[in-house]
Amino acid sequence: MRIGVFVCHCGSNIAGTVDCKAAAESALALPDVVYATDLMYTCAEPGQAAIEQAIHDYNLTGVVVASCSPRMHEPTFRRTVERAGLNRYMFEMANIREHVSWIGKDMVANTNKACELIGMAVAKLRNNRPLYAQRFDITKSVLVIGGGVAGIQAALDCADGGIPVILVEKEPTIGGKMAKLDKTFPTVDCSACILGPKMVDVAQHPNITLYACSEVDDITGYVGNFDVKIRRKATYVDWSKCTGCGTCTEKCPSKKVPDRFNENMGLTTAINIPFPQAIPKRASINPQYCRKLTTGKCGICAKVCPTKAIDYTMKDEIITVKVGSVIAATGYDLMDWTVYQEYGGGKYPDVITSLQYERLLNASGPTGGHIVRPSDGKEPKKVVFIQCVGSRDKSIGRPLCSGFCCMYTAKQAVLTKDHIPDSQSYVFYMDIRAVGKLYDEFTRRAIEEYGTEYIRGRVSKIYPDGNGQYVVCGVDTLLGQRIEVTCDLVVLAVGIEASHGASHLAEKLRISYDQYGFFLEGHPKLRPVETNTAGVFLAGVCQGTKDIPSSVAQGSAAAAKVLALFSRDKLENDPQIAHVNPARCVACGKCIRCCPFGAIKEETFRGQLKAKVIDTVCQGCGICTSTCPQGAIQLSHATDNEILAEVNLLCQY
Amino acid sequence: MNIGYYPGCSAKGSSLDYELSSAAVCRELGLVSSEITDWNCCGSTPAHAISSELSAALCTRNLMQASKQGADVVMTPCPSCLSNLLHAKERMKNPEFRKRVDELLDEPSKEDLPEATSVMQMIGRMYNTGQIAAHVKMSLAGLRIAPYYGCLMSRPADLMNFGDPENPTLMESLLAACGATDILDFPLKTECCGAASGIPHRPLSSVNSGRILELATRMEADCIAVCCPLCQMNLDLRQKQAGRQAKTRFDMPVLYYTQLMGLAFGCDEKELGLDKLIARPDKVVDKIKALNTAVREAQGGKA
Repeated sequence: MRIGVFVCHCGSNIAGTVDCKAAAESALALPDVVYATDLMYTCAEPGQAAIEQAIHDYNLTGVVVASCSPRMHEPTFRRTVERAGLNRYMFEMANIREHVSWIGKDMVANTNKACELIGMAVAKLRNNRPLYAQRFDITKSVLVIGGGVAGIQAALDCADGGIPVILVEKEPTIGGKMAKLDKTFPTVDCSACILGPKMVDVAQHPNITLYACSEVDDITGYVGNFDVKIRRKATYVDWSKCTGCGTCTEKCPSKKVPDRFNENMGLTTAINIPFPQAIPKRASINPQYCRKLTTGKCGICAKVCPTKAIDYTMKDEIITVKVGSVIAATGYDLMDWTVYQEYGGGKYPDVITSLQYERLLNASGPTGGHIVRPSDGKEPKKVVFIQCVGSRDKSIGRPLCSGFCCMYTAKQAVLTKDHIPDSQSYVFYMDIRAVGKLYDEFTRRAIEEYGTEYIRGRVSKIYPDGNGQYVVCGVDTLLGQRIEVTCDLVVLAVGIEASHGASHLAEKLRISYDQYGFFLEGHPKLRPVETNTAGVFLAGVCQGTKDIPSSVAQGSAAAAKVLALFSRDKLENDPQIAHVNPARCVACGKCIRCCPFGAIKEETFRGQLKAKVIDTVCQGCGICTSTCPQGAIQLSHATDNEILAEVNLLCQY
Repeated sequence: MNIGYYPGCSAKGSSLDYELSSAAVCRELGLVSSEITDWNCCGSTPAHAISSELSAALCTRNLMQASKQGADVVMTPCPSCLSNLLHAKERMKNPEFRKRVDELLDEPSKEDLPEATSVMQMIGRMYNTGQIAAHVKMSLAGLRIAPYYGCLMSRPADLMNFGDPENPTLMESLLAACGATDILDFPLKTECCGAASGIPHRPLSSVNSGRILELATRMEADCIAVCCPLCQMNLDLRQKQAGRQAKTRFDMPVLYYTQLMGLAFGCDEKELGLDKLIARPDKVVDKIKALNTAVREAQGGKA
């Protein structure tokens, strides 16, 4: 074998604390190494050209690059060696940046460690075999989970690209949080008016199948061939018959049902359609409050329904679909702000969340767009907005910035003045983060044209003053003074966290999530839409805090990724998968039981039972190889011999 | 459990009534403790404002004195004393800090110092509702009480161990065990009374105390129940000052929770130090008596 070793300086990232030249020279002493050199930027075009040239000039049959983590550039260099005619698996990478130069300052020790890592890579490469991918058929359809604005955008873009879309939404209507908003910043245009047409497009698009009131129960399979079980929750209304006429909601006698769509700011009926522009515009029954379902006595909706759509015996239904790709767009929920006892912990009726305030502002909300106090229905004249409630607060374990609260608070202050011209708004803020296009101009307008009092400081206490008003105690950190504002209504800009249940979904999708439930992207800068599971993409706030423009952009980006994936008719599998050596297999079945992907089956081989790996299902995790008592299953590109060669190199002294 | 009692300086002077009433309540309940021999001041705010080591040395000495007389837990009525004791214990876990403190002490500190807690928590720990209720001779039912902890009793949360630092509820449960039915959900119960600012910057404590008195008045409280000598002083002794600042006159009795418990247990008013209060508590006492008489009469006049 003829091996070439390329040691990367990575500018000064590696060369600053590793003697790259010496490392390259020492590599020449290793067996089979016929060429070694150090390069300034190996991943750059001249660096890659140098590798290709060396492969030709020295007839190299294997290449080692000592540089950064393989996570980013292993695919880059595999393509490089492939261009020069080598098999892409005749390449090894030694990580001397994250594992060496960035973590130690001792030049001599670092250089020694770099030499050893290079030695290990060479030792493994000497045992490598060329591997070849297999091609398999794919199902060209996509599952979009979540029908908020990001999911809607992703679904529409995929559908316009000719891909059949299955859109799953857990609520009875799509629209997500944006459908609950009154106006949007910084243009103050009506949220429902700009989102509504997109929702209608979803309903009418021939390529989109919408399952509202549904959740993903289970996902198996792999990129190109996912099998999805969707649970269609019982709505007790046959949606193929329901016309959305609303007669049932008018006649329903159970009228004291907390209105989830209105953020519990009003009451609704047990059978209801969430809001006038709902898509699908279909009624559903809340079984917790339905008299027929709880006591057995009622049945009025069934009597009045002109299409006989009511079915009290309806059960959850599981349907199975096949898709080639998944876009997760599950959005967010507000964190539980009642941990703030100093703000009343939820016991003061006139201390509400900004999303509740949004419903009060909205013309189709519970008050018909009139701002009133929940406690007594009176119009507030003084309104205090408090930002960063559950954001940027380490004391409750939430150091993250929710990103959009500064802007919607400014918007709500502006709208308050529009609704009640003789009102005065106060905003307690930490910093004003208005980084988007036209954002800072907008907050300045709220302050300068609408006379909103911005007070830089945190609120320490809210308490009812006994005369029907609330006292907000805080500090003005710019004046260095305590401040007290007596007001009629307090609106909390409550911080966000990932949608409740997002972590369960992440486990089903086999993608990672952080401590707040947000899904982890493939790379924080360069792979913001991909996940580390092939074929699963992210859109919207499920990946991290985002405003509407960014959510829409990511929805389109996710759709572009799906369309690019489906531009090929067949996909190639990763050949780094497990293989059974039938001569050693004793058919004990341990590998079958431990495989998390169901990728191993039993088969009869020359009259004997043996384990068999299904190539396209195996994800190459290696659990079976460490479980097999016979050493009969080997993981290609990480065989026992390859790993032991590395260990031997390290342990030879 | 051998309980050492650490009164703190104010118990022997400005808050003698707190000490008297705490002693009376403990006696009624059968909670036995012995005062720490030759105890010293905890250093209060001045010591720890100048030097953490000095404050810790003063507190460590007290804990060691308690340890010598066999106490495995020290209880004190004063939140400020408790805060200093607990801070000292926490800081002494750092060997470097301990070394510096030992230099100030006559003898090196011991590794395992006694536990420290408040009288209130000790009562709550040792007696359940039923056991407390068994001692009640005059129920507090019908008395409108605004419970007020002050800023220090529940903070810092991880040291003081009072549950939610913004909404502690132990005092309420003790008073409820004494029959109290109308304990107000007092929003300012952990807000600062102004503390020691009464001396360097009187308006500050007047504003802070005034706010508490004003809200209690508006909420139609019969009295404020407190557990801190300094809070009591600011709300009671300085009630007139607070009134002047707020351009009003307050007439709000400010009783230690132990005085209310003592009244419920039928202790003598003198024994509870009620005569030490500035805002006269007579109407509170009268109301308790009247309410109890009314109940007795309703039940058939039996005493």
